[in-house]
This record gives sequence, C-alpha cells and structure tokens, in this order.
Amino acid sequence: MSDRTQSTSQAAPTPALAPPLEVADLRVSIGGVELLHGISFSLAPGERLGFIGGSGSGKTLTALAVAGLLPEHASVQGSIRLGETELVGMPDAELASLRGDRIGMVFQEPKTALNPLHRLGRQMTEALALHYSLTRVERRAAALRLASRVGLKDPERMVRAYPHEVSGGQRQRAAIAAAISARPGLLLADEPTTALDVTVQKGVLRLFRELTEGDDTSLVFITHDLAVMAEVAERVLVFDGGNVIEQGTVGQILESPSHSITRALIRAAGGDS
Amino acid sequence: MSGQRGGTLRHLIRSPRGAFALAVLALLAITALVSLFWLPANPNQSNISEAWQSPSLTHWLGTDSSGRDIASRLMAGARVTVLVVLGAAIVSGLIGLGLAIISALGPRKLREPLIIFIDVLIAFPTLLLAIMLAAVFGSGIPVVIVSVGIGYGVQIARVVRAELRQINAEDFILAARASGLSRWAILRMHLLPNAAPVFVVQLSLAMGLAILAEAGLSYLGFGAPPSVPSWGLMLQESQSQIAIHPAVVMWPGLAITLTVLAFYLLGDALREAMDPRLRFGGRRADSVQSGDPA
Repeated sequence: MSDRTQSTSQAAPTPALAPPLEVADLRVSIGGVELLHGISFSLAPGERLGFIGGSGSGKTLTALAVAGLLPEHASVQGSIRLGETELVGMPDAELASLRGDRIGMVFQEPKTALNPLHRLGRQMTEALALHYSLTRVERRAAALRLASRVGLKDPERMVRAYPHEVSGGQRQRAAIAAAISARPGLLLADEPTTALDVTVQKGVLRLFRELTEGDDTSLVFITHDLAVMAEVAERVLVFDGGNVIEQGTVGQILESPSHSITRALIRAAGGDS
Repeated sequence: MSGQRGGTLRHLIRSPRGAFALAVLALLAITALVSLFWLPANPNQSNISEAWQSPSLTHWLGTDSSGRDIASRLMAGARVTVLVVLGAAIVSGLIGLGLAIISALGPRKLREPLIIFIDVLIAFPTLLLAIMLAAVFGSGIPVVIVSVGIGYGVQIARVVRAELRQINAEDFILAARASGLSRWAILRMHLLPNAAPVFVVQLSLAMGLAILAEAGLSYLGFGAPPSVPSWGLMLQESQSQIAIHPAVVMWPGLAITLTVLAFYLLGDALREAMDPRLRFGGRRADSVQSGDPA
C-alpha cells in the first residue's frame, strides 16, 4: 500500500533492476540519410555520463532522440528504454507527458533558451505546473525553492526578473531549474556551459554535480570540451560520424585513449588550456 | 507572472506616443458614438444659399459647396471611419493570423502551396479586388471592408509567418517542448505572444491604411454611397475647389491624417509596451550585470 503511493509520487521511480536509460542499436535518419548508425549504451541510476565528439558527430542527435525532440520527418529505429518504457514508436502526445516529468533537458544557449516575455519564476515552474496541478501560491513557492536549489542569489528578486535583466550564468541556472523542476530521473544537458565564460562555467558544472548526487537523477552531459567533461562525467562515450567509437571511465579515456580521434580531442584540449 | 496585460496598458499610457494615439482614437470613437444621437445639423441637408460659409456659431467649421454643415458631416463621417477600421481590422487580422499560423506551423504539405497563394493575393491589387467586388455586390462600405481586409490580411500573413518561423526555431520553443508542452500550448503561450508585437504593428498599419483606402475607394465611387457622409467622399466633393476654398478640403484631410497617424503611433507604442526588453527605453541589463555570483 505504502509502496504503491511511493511509486506514484513524483520522483521518477527507478526500479532496482531496469537501468534508467538503455539505448540499443539506435538509428536515426533524416531525409533518407542515416545520421546515427546504431548507438548503444546504458546508464546506471545516478550516473553521470558524458557524450563527447566534434560537431556533427551525433551526440546532440542522440540526446534529442532520447527526449523525442527530433524533427517530425526523422525516422528512428532501434530501442530507447526509459526505465521500463519503450520510447521508440511512442506517439508524440505520450512522449510529451514524459518530457519535463521524467526527462529534463538543458540547452546550450542561455540567451535564447528562455522566453523573453515571461518572468524567470514562471519559466522555472512551467514543466512542474504542467505535470502537477499547482495553485498560484504553490507555484510561487516552488519557484523560490528551485531558484535557491540552482544557486540563484536573491531568489525573491530572481523569480520576478525577466531574462534580459539577469546575466547569462543566471539564465542558464534558471533553465536548469526549469529542467529539474518536476524532478526527472534523467537530465539531458546539451553543451550547457559552452556559451558561458570560464568562471561562470565552473559554478554551473558544480551545480550539475550537486544535482546528480545520490541515485535519483542520472545525467547525460554533452560537450566538445574534455576539460569540462573531466569535471562532470564519470563515464564517457566518444562520438564520431554517428557512431560511438570508444567508451570508458574518464580516467581510461584520458590516460589511454584507444582511438585516434579521441587522442586528437585530447591533444586539442591540451593545446587549448 | 500575471499582470502582463496590465503592465502593457500601463506602459502604453505612459509613453507620449501611446497617450497621444489613445487620445485621438478615443475622440474618434466618442465622436462616432455621439453622432448616432446628436449632430449640430443634418449632414445631408443642402442649402445652396448658405454655400461656402466661413466657420461661425451655427456652422462650426463652415459649409461646403452645397451649403451642408462640415462639422456635422465630419462627425457623421467618423462613423464610417470607425466601421471601416474595425471591420478591416477584424477581417485582415483573422485572415492574417490564420494564414500565418497555418503556413508557418501547419502540415508540411500545406505550407508551400499556401505561401504561393498568399504571394498571388499580395500581387493582386486591392483596388482591382474592390472594383470586382463592387461590380458583383454593388459598391458600399462592406466592399471596402472586405477588399481592404483581404488585401492587408495577406500582407499581415506574410510578415507574421516569417516572424513565427523565426521564433519557432528559438531554443526556448525546444525547451518548452522538452517541458512537455503540447503544440497548441506552445502556440498559445510562447509563439503568439512573441509574434504579437509584429502582428500588432502590422494590424495598426492596416487600420491606418484602411482609412486611406476607404477615402480612395469612396473618392473613386466604389465606397460609401453619396447619402452616407464619409471623409473620403468629402475630399472628393471638395477637391475641385481646393484653390478657392482650401479650408473645406483641409478638414476631412486633417481628420484622415490625424486618425491614420494615431493608428501608426499606437502600433509603435504597443510594440514597445508589450516587450519587457523595450519598456525601459531599450536599456539592456545584461551589460550592467555580466558577473555571475557563482
């Protein structure tokens, strides 16, 4: 009885046996061109998994496929299991009911990731208010709670601010708050720190680590920057040309990369910083 | 979170342009309303012996070539103007928004043909449309409303469509989808509010142009019948005398100019009032606080 109520409560229940996310032989074609050639990986509860690769390597496409956000005319084959739910072939209306609730997503560009017309508080609680009916008071309280959770100083002012009134780092924190508002079991972050300057980046990366402590939330973190990857991820998938060419722990990948492209990425990162 | 609309109105009244526009348009509306119940004189009552009188207590703005009271004709003409403006706004707004939404976000197979259809209609002269409609249904105010509504509606559709496409490509639309919002909810909460400034400016342009079109079509004889005083008709009747009696031409000309100007300023002021980024003179806070307390 009490088990039943727990499993219907909002923190996405992750059954001990099924991994939160399991992708098998994922193939995506757009306009007749196959862009992902059989991606397979799985994610443990609370794990932080990094996707790394150059642009066009398929890392973002994989994340969009998981979130069901591919363009309408994309065709998807293979299997994406979220807990025990198969997402491939699921009608969009059903997928939409999972998005924001069990899958949250953060995007690259904080400048455009928020609606310029709405205050931050409203945007941070949009998914929450959609999936769980809230009164106005509850929604405001949730906005304040979320603002402090993502480290926005002066939450009272922040929830009332418009996006153009706050900095890029604060906007990205608000976007993260929006993504985690309904406590999804899976958080997808697509280059969330790329557009931020280095000091702000550090704080946001720390936030991602804090949010995924414990086993409740698993993270997929996409970046082309190995230094960023090393700070956040526990395990890494290296993408190239729509394939996963290598995977392993961060240590393995950094110390003994087996693929030439991985070595090139490491060299590039070394030359960078 | 709430107060969005209240904020818009407050900012509209506070801006000088918005306040001026609202004042002129309120005057127009009140004049039209009053003219339904009371006029200084019968606007169609001609009296040749009193032609070309200068402004006086009996004839506030003087009389025209037939001795009709200009002030009464202007007031009665305000009715036609309000009718045409509201009618054209509704028709062009519905056509514009409907076509824009379908051609920007509708089924892929429908978009291309619809865009071509819109372009064909834009290329089709509004005047020709009015003449054709007048030939079939007889000239009158409805012909003006429908032809102007269609003519500007398709232009609104084209501009708003481009705006919707652009907004639809923004990350916050993707983020809204990632939050689980339905397409309809995204249209209502994110796309339309962000396209609203462009739509409102276009609509206010259409409303201003509708007055000019009514004047033009009445001038050509496709608009208001002679028994219905309209500002366009007044211009037409008096234009041959402009060298001798310029004041008679000036009054309807002034009324048209002022009203059209008011609509343009209203559109401009509304656009700024609706966008929180523009409300405070376009000052952007990003530059002030770029540091993040992280």
